[in-house]
Amino acid sequence: MAASLSAGCGVGAAAQTAAQTAAPSETLPLRHFTVVLDAAHGGNDPGAWLGAGDSPSPETQSAMAEKAVTLAMSQRLRALLVARGFTVIETRQSDVALDEDARATVANHAQAGACIVLHATEAGSGVHLFVSSLSPAQPQLLLPWKTAQATRVAESLKLGGTLNSALSTAGRDGESSLAIPTTLGRTTLPGIDSMTCPAVAVEVAPLRENAHGGTGKVTSAVDDADYQTRVLNALAAALLAWRSEAAAP
Amino acid sequence: MTPRFQKILFVVLFVSSVAMTAVLVRLRERAHDRLLQGDQTQGTSAPAVAPLEEVTMMVADDMTSTLAPETIALPLPDEPQARARSLLNRLLSQYSNAHSMHPLPTTTNPVEAVFLMPLSKTAPSHAGSVRDAAQSEDRIAIVNLSNPFAALHPSGLETETLTVLSICATLHANLPQVTEVRFLVGGEQQATLHGHADLTQTYLTAASAAASGAQP
Ligand SMILES: [Zn+2]
Repeated sequence: MAASLSAGCGVGAAAQTAAQTAAPSETLPLRHFTVVLDAAHGGNDPGAWLGAGDSPSPETQSAMAEKAVTLAMSQRLRALLVARGFTVIETRQSDVALDEDARATVANHAQAGACIVLHATEAGSGVHLFVSSLSPAQPQLLLPWKTAQATRVAESLKLGGTLNSALSTAGRDGESSLAIPTTLGRTTLPGIDSMTCPAVAVEVAPLRENAHGGTGKVTSAVDDADYQTRVLNALAAALLAWRSEAAAP
Repeated sequence: MTPRFQKILFVVLFVSSVAMTAVLVRLRERAHDRLLQGDQTQGTSAPAVAPLEEVTMMVADDMTSTLAPETIALPLPDEPQARARSLLNRLLSQYSNAHSMHPLPTTTNPVEAVFLMPLSKTAPSHAGSVRDAAQSEDRIAIVNLSNPFAALHPSGLETETLTVLSICATLHANLPQVTEVRFLVGGEQQATLHGHADLTQTYLTAASAAASGAQP
């Protein structure tokens, strides 16, 4: 029997201290529905090296830094969301270094209805969604900074489910063969764990042939324009559905 | 005036105290080096005469983001820390096989050492309760990964998370006394495995065993 990733090792509550506090955000009316897009990595943190076969490295000329791919995805998704009437805040709009606290600070000030952290990788296939592994907690006036996400983790799981179903049915014109293989897991996510919005990390991996072995041949690279468009359109559609859900009484 | 024999005695005592200080400092340095290198104190493999034992590997699959139990027979040393290390090196080395569903590059002895330490009886558990005497057998495993293993590990949220969870779940499946796991890389604390999986946290193993159905 397979164990879902979400059922993996939990994280010790003892390790999470309340050095800072964060104010919980409220559910906001539709016209103010804000989405925070966090392009992971940046500056002196390139993230993974992508697009140069199965063992990419900075020495490989064709390798792309993950930080550039996530920034490009953030900008494209922003355009799609603005066109759908969302207010969008990006944690970074250029190649700058940001620590996890700075990202969470931007997200928490925005009082966002959804926070999406974008990653890209060469490992695995399709899209990997991750929600914080913190146990749900009741909202309080002042929240421990390192575990503020605990009060929104139930909503984050729902948002993860909405993104999962949109990506899994992302075939163009009803072609189910074009659905994007998507997994939803839970883990400790230092940036997200401090966010007071429903938050999901979205990691885009190449599409691979479903061959034996995790190194099945890549059929669409992470920077493949058509593949990225399908992923980003599915994310935008999921956020529309999420906004409608939030607006429902 | 100080008698001559007292002067001689003083000089002898002074010289021996300096010598003893030097020896102690050197011994302390050697003990520290041994602790960090670990592999000098833990056998790399079981003695040739060790019988085969059934062990459960919690094997990761990148395509499905899952762990699945796989039973294999292995010769293992008796000493628990050496056992844990052999087990994990076997787990991680199988990820470099051609048909691995969680492909990792080959590195020699990816786990340099595993230290098993008793958990404090009064430490708060993950459930927020206070441990009682019945739980005093619980151990925290400090897994010291090698620098090359971390440096060559593929970078990504899913792949790094699966490696960490696979280690935690395999330890729990075979050494049920291990309830918490912490990670070091090359003897030092490191923020992440390779940019993603958080290695500053203490991981709890109980949830993985309960949900996977892997009974030790
Ligand atoms: Zn990343």
